[in-house]
Amino acid sequence: MQTEMPTKKARGRLGRDAQAKLGQQLRVMFDEVVSEGVPDRFDVLLRRLDEPKEDGATE
Amino acid sequence: MSLTPSVRDAMLGAVPSLRAFAISLSGNVDRADDLVQETLLRAVANIDSFQPGTNMSAWLFTILRNLFRSEYRKRRREVEDTDGSYAESLKSHPEQEGRVEMQEFRAALAKLPADQREALVLVGAAGFSYEEAAAICECAVGTIKSRVNRARTRLAEMLSIDGAEDFGPDHATRAILAAGGHR
Repeated sequence: MQTEMPTKKARGRLGRDAQAKLGQQLRVMFDEVVSEGVPDRFDVLLRRLDEPKEDGATE
Repeated sequence: MSLTPSVRDAMLGAVPSLRAFAISLSGNVDRADDLVQETLLRAVANIDSFQPGTNMSAWLFTILRNLFRSEYRKRRREVEDTDGSYAESLKSHPEQEGRVEMQEFRAALAKLPADQREALVLVGAAGFSYEEAAAICECAVGTIKSRVNRARTRLAEMLSIDGAEDFGPDHATRAILAAGGHR
């Protein structure tokens, strides 16, 4: 992710190593949840919503 | 109410990262899952406003963010109190490498202002471009960029991460000069 402009970089205090470290920790945190996949409740929810017969009839 | 299989698959496919985003916003797994559920309900109810061929994930993130924002406004204090609960729930993984470091990271992330935190997570972890993140947050691309930069700078300060090279010596020098040159 190289978006920084060399000429404007002086204003930012954060070095490249620090950015890389923060980015890595952020992704570890995020991917830990992603790796849990789709909990059953959401699969069930979408299937139930998708059945026209039962639309609003059960509860 | 009928979803095409491809729409339903796209929704389910977005769920893992929606949850991760929701947890980073709310700091609480149960509330995050409720947010995801509410997001899916809204999405299904408004599926006609989804344009086929556009980014389903970005659309769902937008809905979730708006839901969180409206809830957040209502219970601002309560939300800020829930910071530690997710970190707490992870203490059952003692073998996890860098566990303490990650807990510190989560705590620091939770202390960021909500707009900086969401920008950082969208761009730095969820894989959205600055343009997509700007659309999700309904703000200018430049605003997203500056929020991401501020978020990184503040996190590095809170976590005392090295690499702020031009800050250290400069700061020290200035402090000495200020002390010596006073009066």
